[in-house]
Amino acid sequence: MTPADRTKIARQFIEAIPFSKALEMTLEDIGEGRAVITMPYSEALIGDPRSGVIHGGAVSALMDTCGGAAVMSHPEAPIATATIDLRIDYMRAATPGQSIRAEASCYHVTRAVAFVRATAWDEDRENPVATATGAFTFQRAKP
Amino acid sequence: MKRPEPVQVVKTRRDAMLANLAGAVPYIGFLGVEFDRRGDELTAVLPYKPALIGNPALPAIHGGVTASFLEITAVIELSWSILWSDLEAGRIDPEATDVLPRMPKTIDFTVDYLRSGLPRDAYARARINRSGRRYASVHVEAWQDNRSKLFAQATGHFVMPPAPDAG
Repeated sequence: MTPADRTKIARQFIEAIPFSKALEMTLEDIGEGRAVITMPYSEALIGDPRSGVIHGGAVSALMDTCGGAAVMSHPEAPIATATIDLRIDYMRAATPGQSIRAEASCYHVTRAVAFVRATAWDEDRENPVATATGAFTFQRAKP
Repeated sequence: MKRPEPVQVVKTRRDAMLANLAGAVPYIGFLGVEFDRRGDELTAVLPYKPALIGNPALPAIHGGVTASFLEITAVIELSWSILWSDLEAGRIDPEATDVLPRMPKTIDFTVDYLRSGLPRDAYARARINRSGRRYASVHVEAWQDNRSKLFAQATGHFVMPPAPDAG
C-alpha cells in the first residue's frame, strides 16, 4: 500500500466517525505517528455568546481525534486505541470565523501505551490557540 | 421584615435564569446538554444520540464528546455560581433574564477517561474547589447508569469574568 492509499483509507475512516463528521473535521495529512486535522468555524460551536469564540470542548474534540489518528498511524500498527487522559492548555481564544488546524504527534509508544502531543492554530500560525498532551491505549495485534 | 416570596416565584425565576444561561451557549444546544436543578445544585444531562459516537465498532461515545460534556458542566457550574451570588446580593435584576451571561475562560482542562462511554444518557456534576476573584479550580465527575462508577472525571482551571461594575 502506498502512503497515498494509506492516507485515503485513514481519511475515510476518520471522516466516518459520527462525532468528527458532526464537527466537519477533515483529515489533511497522516502517517508515521503524525496527523493533521482541520475543523471549520461554525456558529453551532460557539461557547461564549458575547465574543462568538468557539467552545473549548470543540477544540478538545479536535485534539482528541487528531491524537487518536496519530496513534493509529504509528509504524508499529496498533489495531485500536482509546484515550486514557488528555490535558489541554488554552493559550488564547480562537478568532471567530477562522477554521482550526490541529497537528498531533505520537512521540513514544510502549507495549500498551502511546504518548501524544498536539498543537492547534487558527489562521495565525505564529501563535497556537491550544496545546495538548495525552496518553492513549496502544492495542497491538495478537501475535 | 420583608415577607418571603412564594416558593413558586423563586423557583420560576431560578429556572428562567438557568435556562437563559444554558440557552445562550450554542454548543450546549449542539450537543443537547440539559441541566437539572435542585436549589443551587446542578446536574448536567447528556441524552444519547447517534451523532455522539466516536467508535462505531464498540460502540462508544467520542472522547471529545466526553471532554466537551465535562467542560460545559464546569463552565456552567461556575457561571451559575456567579449568577447565584449576584442574584442573592441583589447585584442583578432578577427579571432581566435576556442579558448574555459572563462566561469564565478555560485555562486548562484535564480529562481522565475511566471507562468507555456507552451509548446511553450521561450525567455530570461539578464541584468548585476554589473560586477566587480571578481564578477558579473545578472538578467534574460523569457517570451513566451507576453513580458510583464514573466513566470520566476532569479538573480544570478558569479565569473568572470581571465583575459587572468593573465594566
